[in-house]
Amino acid sequence: MPKIVSCKNLTLGYDRHPAVHHLSFDFQFGSLTAIAGPNGGGKSTLLKGITGSLQPLEGSLEFSNSQSVEVAYLPQLSDVDPSFPVTVIDFISMGLWNDIGSFSGISSSMEDRIYESISSLGLIGYEDRPIGTLSGGEMQRVLFARLLLQDADLVLLDEPFNSIDRQTTDFLLHLILEWHREGRTIIIALHDLEDIRSNFPETLILGREMIAHGRTEEVLTKENLSHAHELCKAFNQHADICSRITPSFF
Amino acid sequence: MIYDLIIEPFIEFSFMRRSLMGCFSIALGASPVGVFLMLRRMSLTGDAIAHAILPGAAIGYLISGLSLTAMTFGGLIAGMVVVLLTGLVTRNTILREDTSLASFYLISLALGVLIVTLRGTNVNLMHILFGTILALDDSTLFLLSSISTITLIVLALFYRPLILECLDSAFLKSVSPMSGVAHYLFLSLTVLNLVGGFHAMGTLLSVGMMIIPAAAARFWSRNVQGLILTSILFSFLGGIMGLILSYHFAFPTGPSIILVIGLIYISSILFGRYESLFVQLFPRTHLEG
Repeated sequence: MPKIVSCKNLTLGYDRHPAVHHLSFDFQFGSLTAIAGPNGGGKSTLLKGITGSLQPLEGSLEFSNSQSVEVAYLPQLSDVDPSFPVTVIDFISMGLWNDIGSFSGISSSMEDRIYESISSLGLIGYEDRPIGTLSGGEMQRVLFARLLLQDADLVLLDEPFNSIDRQTTDFLLHLILEWHREGRTIIIALHDLEDIRSNFPETLILGREMIAHGRTEEVLTKENLSHAHELCKAFNQHADICSRITPSFF
Repeated sequence: MIYDLIIEPFIEFSFMRRSLMGCFSIALGASPVGVFLMLRRMSLTGDAIAHAILPGAAIGYLISGLSLTAMTFGGLIAGMVVVLLTGLVTRNTILREDTSLASFYLISLALGVLIVTLRGTNVNLMHILFGTILALDDSTLFLLSSISTITLIVLALFYRPLILECLDSAFLKSVSPMSGVAHYLFLSLTVLNLVGGFHAMGTLLSVGMMIIPAAAARFWSRNVQGLILTSILFSFLGGIMGLILSYHFAFPTGPSIILVIGLIYISSILFGRYESLFVQLFPRTHLEG
């Protein structure tokens, strides 16, 4: 299988302190990977690195060069201002940005796509509601509908089920598996180990570095998880320069 | 009676017609900009930028007296420099936008006051601070209408990225490089409208026609188009009624206009259609589902 993203000795972090360091592995086209690990393990940081909003401190992150890769990303905390006067349908429509850009109109075939995504998220009847009147779970479904419209090859989800009830979680999980069947590559940061075991064939375990990456039943073990937990306690405000840095120009 | 009160002053005196025309021009450009400022929670930014314009206008005045071109260009340059420096500092250092803008505009304001007091008289300071809406000449009117035309065209063209930049800028960044463009373009429009406004209303009050109508409109509309139209309407109303008040009672014009808009704002808080005090005190019975 060809690679969609490869990390080579990738280190990501803030203020010279790595949040996660020396990652070297590949995500394959069409794979369905869960990222597990404790808080502070670097799950969100890795996703931000893949979207490009965080530049590597060291190493590199490369996308497949055989075809262009559209990335869609659902952050853990969205920046959406709930008091903004916009309706659900207008909000979701912006998922079409790659087709309409700043200036083009929305064609009738695009309108059909918008209604399709609204109906597949069970949001019919919500179209004209201001987003500020939605509950947390409803807003999450709206964000998923926008994500669906983005029609991306690589979908990154950062703990999308936090404070979402069981029924909605199962509904959204089902949708994610559907996206995978359509051939998309999915990377999802998750806390619920049961959800990971029963739905995601591959798992990456992060504890400020890569602990394990492979088939879920092989890597999602107690030992790996507690190892990750141990490593996450090791943050040091006055850390020395990392000894694993490949000597380059100094 | 109504004719004497409202229509006659405008028919009788050309300076009243000019002032009205000036008000309408400012309203058309500044009010929509104010709506976006409000939606981005940047209402006070408008105020800060208005102060930042002062030294530019003052330097323009020093070089060529009460010249429209010199003061306009001076104001534009000072405003843009402050906005760009603020953007640079915000995007590259630990300071957030409010702090870095406040620092730069205060430096700019101090510089402006220094220049004006060293070289001018108090009359000139009053002109820059409070404007001369009753003495708008042709070229000023032309400037004001050009600015509102440019503003409306740019807003129409960049409506979508501007909205998205307010609503969910992280999403816009993830799908398009337009985020930075939209941000700086919008700030430029703010500077442009404030520079136009200060000829009529002065640097201090020109923000009033930007911010207050938008704030009042929030109580009457729940979508962006509605907010823009309502705020323009309120500015028009404020312009007409302010001019008439100032004509009949010999009130200073700029403050009269802003105070009328202020009255509209307070009435909106009390009696507006959405979430006003009246609606909260006397809620309608809730629906079934």
